Amino acid sequence: MNRLAAIYSSNLGKKVIAAVTGLILFGFIAGHVAGNLKVFTGSTPDGLPHIDEYAHFLREVGVPLVPHNMVIWSARIVLLLAVIMHIAVVIQLAMQSAEARPIGYVKTKRKMASPAALYMMFSGGLIAFFIVFHLLHFTVGALPLGEFQEGEVYRNLHSSFSADYWYVSLFYIITMVVIGLHLNHGLWSLFQTLGLDNPDRNKIIRLGSTVTTVLIIAGFIAIPLAFLTGQMPPVEEAYQAIAPPNH
Amino acid sequence: MRIKIHVWRQSNRTDRGEMKSYDLEGLSPDMSFLEMMDQLNEKLTGNGEEPVAFDHDCREGVCGSCSMVINGEAHGPKSETTTCQLYMRHFEDGAEVFVEPWRARSFPVVRDLVVDRSAFDRIIQAGGFVSNHSGPKPEPNSIPIEPGIAETALDAASCIGCGACVAACPNGSAMLFTAAKSAHLGMLPQGQTERFDRAKDMVDKMESEGFGSCRNYAECEAQCPKGISIAFIGRLNADYLKATMIEPIDRRGKMHAQ
Repeated sequence: MNRLAAIYSSNLGKKVIAAVTGLILFGFIAGHVAGNLKVFTGSTPDGLPHIDEYAHFLREVGVPLVPHNMVIWSARIVLLLAVIMHIAVVIQLAMQSAEARPIGYVKTKRKMASPAALYMMFSGGLIAFFIVFHLLHFTVGALPLGEFQEGEVYRNLHSSFSADYWYVSLFYIITMVVIGLHLNHGLWSLFQTLGLDNPDRNKIIRLGSTVTTVLIIAGFIAIPLAFLTGQMPPVEEAYQAIAPPNH
Repeated sequence: MRIKIHVWRQSNRTDRGEMKSYDLEGLSPDMSFLEMMDQLNEKLTGNGEEPVAFDHDCREGVCGSCSMVINGEAHGPKSETTTCQLYMRHFEDGAEVFVEPWRARSFPVVRDLVVDRSAFDRIIQAGGFVSNHSGPKPEPNSIPIEPGIAETALDAASCIGCGACVAACPNGSAMLFTAAKSAHLGMLPQGQTERFDRAKDMVDKMESEGFGSCRNYAECEAQCPKGISIAFIGRLNADYLKATMIEPIDRRGKMHAQ
């Protein structure tokens, strides 16, 4: 505990906390996109879209060893703590850094700092807003943006990402691009903060961060885009059981 | 050639200060930037005005005294070059040139372009040294050092302590300075003894001096007149983390069985 207190009390340690919590949140995003892609894999023969089946599975992971909903709520608690710590340390660091230069320059020129790095607080702020919006939209179903039936993920997606609510899709797509910028800097940056980057690996770590980010964001964007442009099977078809073959 | 120069004028530590503009004519493109400043001061003195105070010493790029943010860049537009090694030919005829002091709370302006950089001295005092007794002059090859490591340590040791990293950093962080000064000792055998204490003490001192924190922009590396790599910052991060999280605290404590 003394060591954790020592880490938290220093700015460099706070950066380490931001890096580790960022890595946890990255792990969540990677898992999230992998699960989401099940929307494209169709339905079971008895008329259950794979994405609904997957959503149900998330609630039943580990049953009967652990109770129903146990794993998903444990993950939610870990993620919530990670988000809170990530935001808390970053705000403290930003406030302290703002104090480090009370009088700014008349002229400023950046030679190296990328826009993604310079606007991490802006992208992070939008992501924080998006998390709340997204949970209210597709987890709680409290927003009047399309139909909401708990457990019927495919139906909800089809409705919210329809052309009637084109602005919902647009907002999701824009937010995904912003998350991509945040990830592109953050993924590399966490290696540097943890002291794991060096000139031998720098290129591969940066390339790996960019490729990972692009793949993840492309996966996320594909979903609203596919629904919006009418590429996805209609709801009735997705929930229709295939008649058993006659013998 | 002629230029229009905008310079930060501040008569003392408590003065609010402001940018003032001057027209300079008859400059030679072969003048160094500091010679241009000398010419400006000749002109100001001739007009009965106070000359612009600025730090300078060796004028050959090794002492780390000169400290000007020129057109928004520490040491001006030419990379890996100190202000004193910048020449007027690096500017266009008729250019507008903005000259400002290093901006950081830990580098208070003393006068005009002169800032107090003693915070750097205090970071060095916190751990930027080797306290092993050096003894009589040893046989040069008695401690083998891999040439690559020796060269990397020398890269870190090329830091002239000018403070451009702090001036360039959007957060006013002194990580590049602290990392270089920690690495050029911590990479060599003589500096191993205090390696982790050094990292911790220097970082803690840097933070208590009120510098900002590193956000991995690498703007310091780009504006460092010696081109020191942020690889040293990664190394300092690793050393600091090890010093805080892994190095034993109670080395000699008793243990009990259970």
